[in-house]
Amino acid sequence: MQEFFQQLANGVAWGSIYALIALGYTMVYGTLRLINFAHGDVYMVGAFAAYFLARALGVGTVTEASPLLAAVVLLGSMAICALLGILIELLAYRPVRRSSRLTALITAIGVSLFLENFGIRVFGADPKFFPQVIAPRTITLAEGVLVTNHQITVVVVSIVLMVALTLFIKRTRTGKAMRAVAFHRDAASLMGIPVDRIITITFAIGSALAAAAGFLVGLTNPKIEPLMGIMPGIKAFVAAVLGGIGSVPGAMIGGLLMGISEYLVVGYISSTYRDAIAFVILIAVLLIRPAGLLGRNVAEKV
Amino acid sequence: MVRIGRILSPAVFTLAVFLLFTGCAKREAEIKVGEYGSLTGSTATFGISSKNGIELFVDNLNASGGIGGKKVHVLVEDDQSRPEEAATAVNKLIAQDGVVAVLGEVASSRSLAAAPICQNAGVPMISPSSTNPKVTEIGDHIFRVCYIDPFQGMVIAKFARNTLHFSKGAVFRDNKNDYSVGLANYFTESFKGMGGTIVADESYSEGDQDFKAQLTNIKGKKPEFIFVPGYYTEVGLIARQARELGLTVPMLGGDGWVSDRLLEIAQDALNGSYFVNHYYEGDPNPIVQSFVQSYRKRYNATPDGLAALAYDAAGVLTNAMRQLSTQDANAFEALSGPPNADQKAARARLTTLIAATKDFPGVTGRISLDEHRNAVKPAVFLGIENRSYKFVATVEP
Repeated sequence: MQEFFQQLANGVAWGSIYALIALGYTMVYGTLRLINFAHGDVYMVGAFAAYFLARALGVGTVTEASPLLAAVVLLGSMAICALLGILIELLAYRPVRRSSRLTALITAIGVSLFLENFGIRVFGADPKFFPQVIAPRTITLAEGVLVTNHQITVVVVSIVLMVALTLFIKRTRTGKAMRAVAFHRDAASLMGIPVDRIITITFAIGSALAAAAGFLVGLTNPKIEPLMGIMPGIKAFVAAVLGGIGSVPGAMIGGLLMGISEYLVVGYISSTYRDAIAFVILIAVLLIRPAGLLGRNVAEKV
Repeated sequence: MVRIGRILSPAVFTLAVFLLFTGCAKREAEIKVGEYGSLTGSTATFGISSKNGIELFVDNLNASGGIGGKKVHVLVEDDQSRPEEAATAVNKLIAQDGVVAVLGEVASSRSLAAAPICQNAGVPMISPSSTNPKVTEIGDHIFRVCYIDPFQGMVIAKFARNTLHFSKGAVFRDNKNDYSVGLANYFTESFKGMGGTIVADESYSEGDQDFKAQLTNIKGKKPEFIFVPGYYTEVGLIARQARELGLTVPMLGGDGWVSDRLLEIAQDALNGSYFVNHYYEGDPNPIVQSFVQSYRKRYNATPDGLAALAYDAAGVLTNAMRQLSTQDANAFEALSGPPNADQKAARARLTTLIAATKDFPGVTGRISLDEHRNAVKPAVFLGIENRSYKFVATVEP
């Protein structure tokens, strides 16, 4: 039983990261009906941005590790990726906004490949090891169930960001506009909502959340490399589909379920199926409940 | 304009032909040797150490006049730590660059991808440090200058059972890696044969970031040690995550741990653990000391076991070339000549001479190749204490 709870605790920490990435997929899909395949690579850039920021601040060499420094690194990498998200939207997606959905999808794949190879060229293919911006400590949750303060940070930061996002969408004018654009883009435009600006903001927020996930992964699993975004990107996408793509709470639940199921599969079946579980879930969702757990069934005009 | 072109074009053509021939003549004075390795990717230090070792040996050789008046030119290809790229790299070295021998790889999976290409092309390949037995089984052109995994696994099992007096072990292997799977099996077989039990056998895949699920299972089985026959990047992360889960037993490993980045990644997590290397840099043997000193002087780093083996692989290869130059001047000349039947025959002679290597005085010990084209050599145990290595024992075969 101890082992089960240990797996569960680790799964929740890992799942929070998927949830953060899944939020970006869901937000972009909600407003644009575009699956932004470059999102996993934005997460990679976020991890590297945090890595270089931490190095520039001299973490571990000049300055002592501290939560304040960690916050600076986190916010810095989120800002960098928000900018990257805006750039991607402006340069890659806006020009094909009026084209078919397939064009946008292929553009997304192109952006993804570009970011991966850009990463290899600029950061190098060698894995980098994240400096410890917060001194590690082990905390006993219960008899035999141990977590690190890093894992707790991951869960807490994820919850804070998700709550902030939900409040933003529900309570602010911009959030309201985002919902309006998601509901009906043309109608929103007729109501005087600056659709283009809202879409840009959506990209910025989604990318900033991916950067936060990148930072948190660097904290708990210190190895980062340019292709690290591919698998988590795909899994977070599955998480978003599982929760109901377009639904913010759905992405959170989907991410957590993905993380936990991955741990249980590795713990009780075999590590060989670690990546397979994501696709098993995807197929099951598509067969049983295509709209996802919290998604609404919407009749499509054909 | 047309007329000038008519007059000029034969002149340009003659010049081009002239340059082409002089270009060839210049290249013919060199013997071209190919090297493929992981200069980038998850096992980048493997490739970089090996490249440094080979470069050091060959540059010294060329500075002292080369072989029979000819210089050795090493062409290096990066395989990005990926088997499919290793195959591409070796294809290019043989088909495009026309190398007469190939040096590489460290990782057995990558050597296994490239060896059939060398074998089919009739180009001898010497792997400095691939320990999986399947590598040299590919064919009679494939050699290695290190020990093989059945020996390595047996030595580690003996060390765990007889020296450390452990009876309950866990194995944590990399399922996607020929080296890791092979070594795990040989270790398990030997350890069980000595009366030990394996209480947990878990696996991961190279490139994984998170190992806590498997380590939680291992912890539940309460082993006295964990055998991790993987490569340094994953080993470092595994050690850290094991400690985070409160799993504090020592870890044992093979030569995949050999990297100057191991302790940088693992930090304090590997204190109290042991692994097998190919040599020890503090060995008082003058061959070792002169190698360590010249390496330090040139690269400002301590050579690891893989650099030493690469140095020896270059040594064994050029030693065979030197023998060819004294035995058969025409065949030796053909080695640096055009890729024709003469060169093919010369490569076959070279292969035979490599196979006959006996008592070559290498940095990693005396190298003699057996009938399976493997070297039979001692293994060196190193321990880790306070983020530094200490010599524990040398185990003779």
